[in-house]
Amino acid sequence: MGLFSKIKEKFVGRSVAQNDKYVAGLDKSSTGLSERINQLAARYRTIDEDYFEELENILIMSDVGVNMVMKIVDEIKKEVRLENITDPQKINEIIIDKMFVIYANDSYMTTDIQYAKEGLTVILMVGVNGAGKTTTIAKLAYRMLQEGKKVVLAAGDTFRAGAVDQLAVWADRLEVPVVKGKEGGDPSAVVFDAIKKAKEMNADVLICDTAGRLQNKVNLMHELEKTNRIIQREIPDGPHETLLVIDATTGQNGVSQASEFSKITNVTGIVLTKMDGTAKGGIVLSIKDQLNIPVKFIGLGEKLDDLQEFDLEQYIYGLCRRLMES
Amino acid sequence: MPFESLSERLSASLKKVRGQRTLTEENMSDMLREIRLALLEADVNFQVVKEFIDNVRSKALGEDVLSSLTPGQMVVKIVHEELVELLGSTVSELDLSRKPTVIMMVGLQGSGKTTTSGKLANLLVKKNQKKPLLVACDVYRPAAIEQLQTLGNSIQVPVFSRGTEAKPEDIAREAMDYARANDHDVVIIDTAGRLHVDEALMDELGRMEAIVHPSEILLVVDALTGQDIINVASSFNEKLHLTGAVLTKMDGDSRGGGALSIRHMTHVPIKFVATGEKLEAIDVFHPDRMADRILGMGDVMSLIEKAQDVIDERSVKKSMSHLQQGTFGLDDMLESMRQVQRLGPLSGILKMMPGMPNNIPNFKDEDAQKRLKEIEAIILSMTPEERRDPSIIKASRKQRIAKGCGKEVAAINRLLKQYEQSKVFMNQMNAMTGGKKRPSAAPNPNRKKERHKKKKKR
Repeated sequence: MGLFSKIKEKFVGRSVAQNDKYVAGLDKSSTGLSERINQLAARYRTIDEDYFEELENILIMSDVGVNMVMKIVDEIKKEVRLENITDPQKINEIIIDKMFVIYANDSYMTTDIQYAKEGLTVILMVGVNGAGKTTTIAKLAYRMLQEGKKVVLAAGDTFRAGAVDQLAVWADRLEVPVVKGKEGGDPSAVVFDAIKKAKEMNADVLICDTAGRLQNKVNLMHELEKTNRIIQREIPDGPHETLLVIDATTGQNGVSQASEFSKITNVTGIVLTKMDGTAKGGIVLSIKDQLNIPVKFIGLGEKLDDLQEFDLEQYIYGLCRRLMES
Repeated sequence: MPFESLSERLSASLKKVRGQRTLTEENMSDMLREIRLALLEADVNFQVVKEFIDNVRSKALGEDVLSSLTPGQMVVKIVHEELVELLGSTVSELDLSRKPTVIMMVGLQGSGKTTTSGKLANLLVKKNQKKPLLVACDVYRPAAIEQLQTLGNSIQVPVFSRGTEAKPEDIAREAMDYARANDHDVVIIDTAGRLHVDEALMDELGRMEAIVHPSEILLVVDALTGQDIINVASSFNEKLHLTGAVLTKMDGDSRGGGALSIRHMTHVPIKFVATGEKLEAIDVFHPDRMADRILGMGDVMSLIEKAQDVIDERSVKKSMSHLQQGTFGLDDMLESMRQVQRLGPLSGILKMMPGMPNNIPNFKDEDAQKRLKEIEAIILSMTPEERRDPSIIKASRKQRIAKGCGKEVAAINRLLKQYEQSKVFMNQMNAMTGGKKRPSAAPNPNRKKERHKKKKKR
């Protein structure tokens, strides 16, 4: 067991300030999941098939993958039978444990950015259209500037109208250099130039923006492969991080996004954006389960400092707060 | 693709109902569970799924299985009909009666409002001969105005903007005056993306609605969206008088079950689907096609339309007539393979065919493409005579061709064998479709070449 009580001990009763923005951002999403499980427990006197079906629905509501929900519920059923639990009130603990044990899956997870041992660190940002790559880059750059790093940006989205300008506006506000190419030009060329410039400037980090692409577009995926190859050629151990940006509202398709982008690039982590809405981004649990890609950051708003390191325990706490406090 | 089609999913639970005359609660329960999972995997909201399943259950109960259908097909049929009904059985069009007609685009960040605004303007120019004005009211996201301006320039539609300092309400008001003064009959207002829980920004939209009295307020929704779509659509609908929705990124591989959720929860019709990066990639919404897609049943209509778009009719006719005359050569084979290739990755095409399993084992698009490249290289290394009549290709010619294209002779043999097979197949098809077979003695395409050959030998 353990996890439930561990998190409970860690967070419950702490002042709101300590859990700060993170939980505040997740608050809207938490009402759904934990409240519903509580209501469910209140409605059912005994645990039966109907109870489990509703539980499935509740988990699915958070966009956890359908297969994974079935897996979790099966595990819960097993546990319930083993422990001979009949009271729905006592099941909460098991639900949380099962859900997140699957995420953690005893693998090593870190949210730290893997910087190059020496020289330039290259970070490649990928994702579907409208996920929030450009905004995330600005937030990430801001974070690194705070850490005293020298950052350069590469405007690798040469396709979408206004994308280069969008990054340039951010670069301006952050006062960091941005390497631009022609709109409609070859993104690999932009990245190539940016690497050269970053090296010349002795920069610590280069963050490369790319155009949003749907993962089933063969040609666009080839283009990304080329960009990736250029980075590898210029910086043999790069890109040091390839971050897949996923919108928290994304449904079951998130798994397909992660698996297809992983085929082309070495995706090292996920940035889950727009977590300040009511979406829960539960699909990241399925992605971790199936592809072992961890979430590194979550985006909680439109301001520069609205990027937080992903903390599994805090995420769980945010989601299931009411379960623990009730 | 991680999804299985509904028919595949159902096959396991079908055993129970095989041979049974009527559908009962009992023999359907497994099937209904599979349908439920399929819909959930398609991102249909779980509440909608629940009601939907209840509906299907009560409709199917006691239903006699039509003699021509298996019980499984019967259930799929009921599900399909129900889906179409839910999605709205008619195509709903824009209301363009007022002058100027105001269309307001709203939605979450990154759903595709700006791009869709551009596409819509383009459509109205090309299809309805309108003179639209695009209005840039996204003053928050950096460079959103530039994005709209770039789009507007590329389709020669003027863009009204007041920079990022003005209030969106004021921009909208001024834009209306401008449109009237300049004789624009449609005004498309691009608003900033916002979360449905952001009260200040939602109020701003409400105020804008009160100022411009739009005929249409279109909610732009990303087809990749999951369960949360229902919160988004309901909140927007509470605050504004939505008249329709646009489903974007439909060229992705998501099932787009969100369409069903929106329709069911808000009764707002889906009016358009956006299907690509180009400005022409917007289409009116067809409920029946969407139903097929949600069920993963293949989409023959879309395939046919796609084929009409990309296939060059003249070259197909040429190949066909060669076929009928019995002179189907390697050039024709290469051409038909190229045509198929233009439809996109083969796995995608196969997926659109009903009855095809969604996961074709050991099928890789890259392999197919590689193979086409190889065939292309070999055929292009042949002389026109050889292409017209491959039977003249003997050992020495093979050697020459192999050198020309840098392949092994074995590869050329493989190609020739494939050609023979496809010729036999084509002839059979031809016979089946009523094409007359020429008497075997009549055409001799080799005549000219035989002469040629002799000359060479001398």
